[in-house]
Amino acid sequence: MVQIPTNTALLRELLTGFIRNEVQKTGLTRVVVGLSGGVDSALSAMLAAEALGAKNVLALLMPYKSSHPDSLAHAKMLVEKSAIESLFVDISPQVDAYFERFPDADTRRRGNKMARERMTILYDHSAHWNGLVLGTSNKTELLLGYGTIYGDMASAINPLGDLYKTQVWALAAAIGVPEVIVAKVPSADLWLGQTDEGELGFTYKEVDKLLYLMVDQRYTRAELLGAGFPERFVDDVAQRIMTSQFKRRLPVIAKVSQRTIDRDFRYSRDWGK
Amino acid sequence: MTLRVAIAQINPKLGDLAANLALYEEKIRQGIKERAEFLLFPELSLTGYFLRDTVPSVALTTNASELQILKKLSRELPLVAGLVEESADHRFFNSAIYFEGGEIRHVHRKVYLPTYGMFDEQRYFARGDRVRTFDSKFGRLALLICEDLWHPSTIYLAALQGALAVLCPSSSPLRGIVDAQVQDDNARYWEMINRAYAETYSLFMIYGNRCGFEDGVGFWGGSEIVDPFGQRIAKGKYYEEDFFVADVALESVRRKRTMSPLLRDEDIDLTINELMRIRERPAGAKTVQANKTPKLKKVKKSKPRSRKR
Repeated sequence: MVQIPTNTALLRELLTGFIRNEVQKTGLTRVVVGLSGGVDSALSAMLAAEALGAKNVLALLMPYKSSHPDSLAHAKMLVEKSAIESLFVDISPQVDAYFERFPDADTRRRGNKMARERMTILYDHSAHWNGLVLGTSNKTELLLGYGTIYGDMASAINPLGDLYKTQVWALAAAIGVPEVIVAKVPSADLWLGQTDEGELGFTYKEVDKLLYLMVDQRYTRAELLGAGFPERFVDDVAQRIMTSQFKRRLPVIAKVSQRTIDRDFRYSRDWGK
Repeated sequence: MTLRVAIAQINPKLGDLAANLALYEEKIRQGIKERAEFLLFPELSLTGYFLRDTVPSVALTTNASELQILKKLSRELPLVAGLVEESADHRFFNSAIYFEGGEIRHVHRKVYLPTYGMFDEQRYFARGDRVRTFDSKFGRLALLICEDLWHPSTIYLAALQGALAVLCPSSSPLRGIVDAQVQDDNARYWEMINRAYAETYSLFMIYGNRCGFEDGVGFWGGSEIVDPFGQRIAKGKYYEEDFFVADVALESVRRKRTMSPLLRDEDIDLTINELMRIRERPAGAKTVQANKTPKLKKVKKSKPRSRKR
């Protein structure tokens, strides 16, 4: 039986320390975070509030007209509970204005567009409010490529990027994210009735166990099959990780000089900090 | 003799020598104020750890002007600094330097440069090629840097050369979450080997680790001093800055070695002979039958060792 460790007391200490350290290094004291009403952004925001103080966290609530009303209600609930700053920006006008030119766009295009509109609003307020954009993508999503590149995947610092969804749930419950947010079915809420697990074709609980063994514990394919995972499931997940690698990297640069950014021009991001 | 040891568990700025020198000076002054007799700084704490291409920019030769202040302050408080040391032929070493009485008394160049997983040290640093002890005014000491100690041969060599205490500057990153454990799994492992080494080799382990984050990688702090009986006599906080002073009763090494004279009984010739045989035929090589074992020159049996203490 695979048991993903969820030492919530330690994770809480490490991740608040991470946020405090990495924000202060930049000379800033604040963060900006998009609050969707889901568990990931709720956890990110609460960790930041604990690390930096509630007044130093600005939550942006950015629904589209078709977003589920519960999403906004849950985001508001989180704002109230954690006493963080908040701002409401309805993204419907800017999204609709664009798709008037492309009325035949499918739900995928529309969903990605919404995610990227939210990103531009976050970065606008990052500059305006002097706060770093706080990421909310978890390790499961990042590995599966289940996110919009330059959309919800964009951030300056991300406390959740090394946590599987299973760990996000455990930590969210421990840190006091309202039960209704922790317990609800995960959804990108890009169209009515959409659920992550419905779209992916497997549950987070199942895939987290597989990813934990495959990635963290370096199990081979044969070992994964031996551990009882179905062959198609293992291959599908391995394929998803490979094909989404581009989302986890900087753009590919054509090398022509002696020193090329990120190839033989290598500096840490915290260079000089 | 009793030695008042201080450990500065700091969070240096990555690639900012001036800022880190100022931080060093502040901590040395604090050590002097708290009547410490020796101060340990972590690995690469004068420069930061994930230096990558900044290594040549922050490298210092042992006569660099930046080190004059440390030399001067070492008249009042002997100390170990962790920095990038540049040799005359322009190789860059991950070094720890022991300062005492206004001068450099010992330089240890890290011999085991981790280059796997999250580490890339051999890409940027040259590898040290010796493990030596040195005589300080407190007695014989050894300096080993972080990963060096993950290779038991280094502490074995230090112990056989008469070290009463091993000073270990470290930049050890936190990793591995385990249920029902207050620290991460790397911290647990370090605490286990510090204790095991101290007890096995009947010496003090003086371990100074840094804290803070660099590009999302956190360092777990938790600096500590373990006595030859395996008892932890001082401990820094996990994951945050700290500074502590503790009395190290060096005479307890004698008591422990009297009770369990393991080092006295260590058979160096046995080890050397077996190592020479292993060098001829490493573990991965095809096994040969006993009667076909090639003849190897044996090391002459040495005279009984007399080690100055």
